[in-house]
Amino acid sequence: MTLDVASIQAQFPLLQRKINGQRLVYLDSANTSQKPRVVIDAMTNFMETSYAPINRSAYQLAAEATEAFEHARKAVRRFINAPHADDVIFTKNATEGLNLVAYSWGRANLRAGDVVVLTQMEHHANIVPWHMLAAERGIELRWVPLTNDGQLDLTNLSSLLDGAKAFAFTAMSNVLGTITPVRQLCDAAHAAGALAIVDACQYVPHNVTDVQAWDADFVAFSSHKMCGPSGIGVLWGRQALLEGMPPFLGGGNMIADVRMDGFAPAELPAKFEAGTPPITEAIGLHAAIDFLEDLGMANVRRHEMEIATYAMDTLNERYGDDICLHGPTNVEVRGATFSFGFRNIHPHDLSQVLDQRNVCLRAGHHCVKPLMRLLNVNATARASFYLYNDQHDVDALADALDGASDIFGL
Amino acid sequence: MPGLEDLYREIILDHYRTPRNRGELPPPAAHAVGHNPLCGDEIDVYLQVDGDTITDVKVGGQGCSISQSSASMMSQAVKGRSVTEVRALVRRFKGMMSIEEELPEGERAPEVEVKLGDLEALQGVVKFPVRIKCATLAWNTLIEALAEATSA
Ligand SMILES: Cc1ncc(COP(=O)(O)O)c(C=O)c1O
Repeated sequence: MTLDVASIQAQFPLLQRKINGQRLVYLDSANTSQKPRVVIDAMTNFMETSYAPINRSAYQLAAEATEAFEHARKAVRRFINAPHADDVIFTKNATEGLNLVAYSWGRANLRAGDVVVLTQMEHHANIVPWHMLAAERGIELRWVPLTNDGQLDLTNLSSLLDGAKAFAFTAMSNVLGTITPVRQLCDAAHAAGALAIVDACQYVPHNVTDVQAWDADFVAFSSHKMCGPSGIGVLWGRQALLEGMPPFLGGGNMIADVRMDGFAPAELPAKFEAGTPPITEAIGLHAAIDFLEDLGMANVRRHEMEIATYAMDTLNERYGDDICLHGPTNVEVRGATFSFGFRNIHPHDLSQVLDQRNVCLRAGHHCVKPLMRLLNVNATARASFYLYNDQHDVDALADALDGASDIFGL
Repeated sequence: MPGLEDLYREIILDHYRTPRNRGELPPPAAHAVGHNPLCGDEIDVYLQVDGDTITDVKVGGQGCSISQSSASMMSQAVKGRSVTEVRALVRRFKGMMSIEEELPEGERAPEVEVKLGDLEALQGVVKFPVRIKCATLAWNTLIEALAEATSA
């Protein structure tokens, strides 16, 4: 194994918890990840010693807090290889980042009949803001279809992109686990004169991210899926684009001046950070990034490829046709997130039965209803593995599935 | 932790495996579709109301064992009853699921006694709060279908 999972697990207090004397098998990290001790401690320590308003007051404590907050922004810049820290906007989560782009860039640049291209595996966070714009502005949405094994079908990409103003797509599907060819998609968007908007919410926690190598225009992700706290996310944008956009939310911190007859927005990044930001959360995100960089994102990726291989081998060997794993089988183009159907047992029932064995997995539509319709299911069960999961967790899942068959008499 | 045997009682699994009153009714029967936005489950309820009596009911859609068995038992329980009785039954059932609904201003609870019968088997669901929405989906859809039937 590439990572020393036992020592990693020991750093996650929650994973030490026992329920009914059994250990926890947490397989829902695509939903939200658990937090290592260093993140919890960094946040507690900050609140105990340095918590203060940022950007507002002259006293030393406030200056320290502001510096720590801006340090976090620099850590994000380094982590995703963004050219400037000022282009890193702190949001509430990926959803807010994508809404920011749709509202601010979209409202300023899109008119009736303009085309935005999405893919059929988008999360609702990268669909609904565009639907809202379609309802308001009459823009047209086009959809990149999928292949049978759950990859993007790029056969007609250039004709889909013809005349498009933006191409908004996921870097990794939260249902199928598919990793998309982001650089190729950005190039295709640019060749058509469209912006490339990347939903990297499932990608950043598991891979080395380089927004410049992607040549992307906007990239959104959430802290809570990458060992950081909930309540903070990131939107990175190309500087010239961010500068040309009107503000999103209005309020304190985002202004240079306010008069009775109007206002002038602040410079980046404050322009897009209205109100008091998630201060302690930024400190936590910084600690999460340090934690991930210590492990090495290339190692995290390699570990997840090993787990994904082991999971596919184990589940297919044990259950054959009784289990239907969705998404690609080639680990080069997938992460360790698996949606599956098992012996006609409804995912809700499955997750209930697995819960008796402390195996936590998600059942439902995963906020991806259009894709669910394509797969012709209402719901799937989803097991998602992260840096603190190992082969024992795969085995625990495989064992627990047997119990489900007993109850439903299958 | 409550045990699975509280949830998956034999009678529930029986209704799940062999759902009663599956199918559709053509118009003019009332029809309502209910969604559980959390899990994507869908239930169709078709109601034939003649005068004050529910003369036929059919259920379609798909979902987990709890939502499907609840729908199946619901269909058995409402067939042949009066609209007033059915409304009382819905209140009893929701009460069992610990959902107490306020009556609209000026309205009084109907003074009819309704027995839950087989439906009592779903009592264990309350111990699994996440599943309450599964159990009540068919009932909320029934209310919508009733509203359609009685407004026409
Ligand atoms: C692919 C993808 N995009 C966007 C989101 C939205 O993330 P958040 O809820 O943190 O805003 C998610 C979360 O599940 C996701 O998986």
